[in-house]
Amino acid sequence: MTVAPSPDAEAIKRGAFSSRKVFILAAIGSAVGLGNIWRFPYVAYENGGGAFLIPYLVALLTAGLPFLLMDYGLGHKFRGSAPLSFARLRRGTEFIGWWQVGICFMIAIYYAAVIAWALRYTFFSVDKAWEDNADGPAGFFTGDFLEVGPIEVSTDIVVGVLVPLLVVWVAVLLIMGLGVEKGIGTVSLVLMPVLIIVFAILVVQALLLDGAADGLDAFFTPNWDALTEPGVWVAAFGQIFFSLSIGFGIMITYASYVHRRTDMTGSGLVVGFANSGFELLAGIGVFAALGFIAQAQGVAIGEAAGGGGVGLAFIAFPAIISEAPAGALLGVLFFASLVIAGLTSLVSVIEVVISAVRDKFEMTRIGASLAVGLPAALVSLALFGTASGLYTLDTVDHFVNQYGILVVVVVSMLVVAWGVRALRSLAAHHDVYGSLKLGRTWIALVSVITPAALTWVLVDSFRTEIDEPYGGYPQWLLNTFGWGSAAIVLVFGVLASLVRWRPETSLEVPPDVTEETTR
Amino acid sequence: MSAEAVIMMLVAMAILWGGLVVAIIRLNRHEPPTLEEIHRDL
Repeated sequence: MTVAPSPDAEAIKRGAFSSRKVFILAAIGSAVGLGNIWRFPYVAYENGGGAFLIPYLVALLTAGLPFLLMDYGLGHKFRGSAPLSFARLRRGTEFIGWWQVGICFMIAIYYAAVIAWALRYTFFSVDKAWEDNADGPAGFFTGDFLEVGPIEVSTDIVVGVLVPLLVVWVAVLLIMGLGVEKGIGTVSLVLMPVLIIVFAILVVQALLLDGAADGLDAFFTPNWDALTEPGVWVAAFGQIFFSLSIGFGIMITYASYVHRRTDMTGSGLVVGFANSGFELLAGIGVFAALGFIAQAQGVAIGEAAGGGGVGLAFIAFPAIISEAPAGALLGVLFFASLVIAGLTSLVSVIEVVISAVRDKFEMTRIGASLAVGLPAALVSLALFGTASGLYTLDTVDHFVNQYGILVVVVVSMLVVAWGVRALRSLAAHHDVYGSLKLGRTWIALVSVITPAALTWVLVDSFRTEIDEPYGGYPQWLLNTFGWGSAAIVLVFGVLASLVRWRPETSLEVPPDVTEETTR
Repeated sequence: MSAEAVIMMLVAMAILWGGLVVAIIRLNRHEPPTLEEIHRDL
């Protein structure tokens, strides 16, 4: 085993963000994704409207931000990808890092498909292509566009999805090949301000539509009784965790690229509030637009929302685009926002895998990008460029989120807090340069409150799963692509952790920031 | 919009967008300690 390399040598070897600003924009780019735009507004509406703000804030402050700082602490102190950081924390915990890598690989292959759909819909919006279908946007989406067939594994290629999916993967491979600063950093520096501007124009346009006030009324009117329902609190904690990109290695990886003398706690507050601030903006824009279509079609706002998620983006929004004045512009802005938000998140997800492969096998940046990106792209094209893509995507997404991310989050918190008892040293590390000092409250939140809240979310979700199989899909589909996906990432994690590190990679804990003058 | 909805909208904006502004100002104003200060405190 070699000794720990000097901080500068390691930064040159692994890559690094050139400044705190680039890191913060990259972290916000990762956190702000499709879920902020299509998931949060509907979850908030369904769970108490304005009253949802209370459990949402409680979840952000007591679970989301504390866990984000734990992720930052691991990456920033141990200066490695998720597996390397865990291996340096304690050799036996390395499998958690690889488990997270497996989850990221799985997410990347389907997330790219949704970005490809949004990319295609950006162009469909110009001439409102769905208007030719007799069944409207719903018929166009599942019929003309995705060519969805019966629930079975299909090898029928859907060219209209395959080509944009290929474009997305080529773009991702180029970005990843350019490296941490020139690739991820530059993309974040350029695309995040663009996203804010594009989405702000969309929100203004949506607010000027007839019925926008009704939409905002539905979104913000508080239902205080909802606060007594456990399900509403479960939804708030779930939303915060899925939205902040925490617990599956991204923030560990990004924090490892940040200069050692960086205020990580202050940066974490900015990232957390920026992510939630964007969700609020998305809620205003989406519900103002939904208010318009509900009024135009004479239906309830909840009905017009299409159930949130894919239905909201690809069925409800096209209907709005068809009816609204300057609808084509609204459509281009909306789908371009999805593409940008999705791309900056996808880049962060795939970086977790590339960084881990580089650390483990001492590969070059381009070599690792190809070694990870090409198989990911091929699997993605094979699974989601076919007529069975929608069912497969929906199932993998649900199970990897619920039983991949949530389980690994709880396990990692328990291991770090109770198994290795590393929270005090992580707090001490943060406190050297952090503007927010982490005391006993943070340790209590990460070791007790957050794992308890997330275990609750997990149990609640599992109970629902038992009562009602997800999506009404056949059991073979749920077992193969659902439970199978969640299980395979864990098995992968354990097996990958058994592979030996290259002798060039030091598993020693890097010198702490306080030791820098001695080097 | 009902008065209740307007109030909740303003509260949400004040907390989330205000929180973001405060976090950014706080981050920019924070002077990191010098290495000498760090070692003095050890």
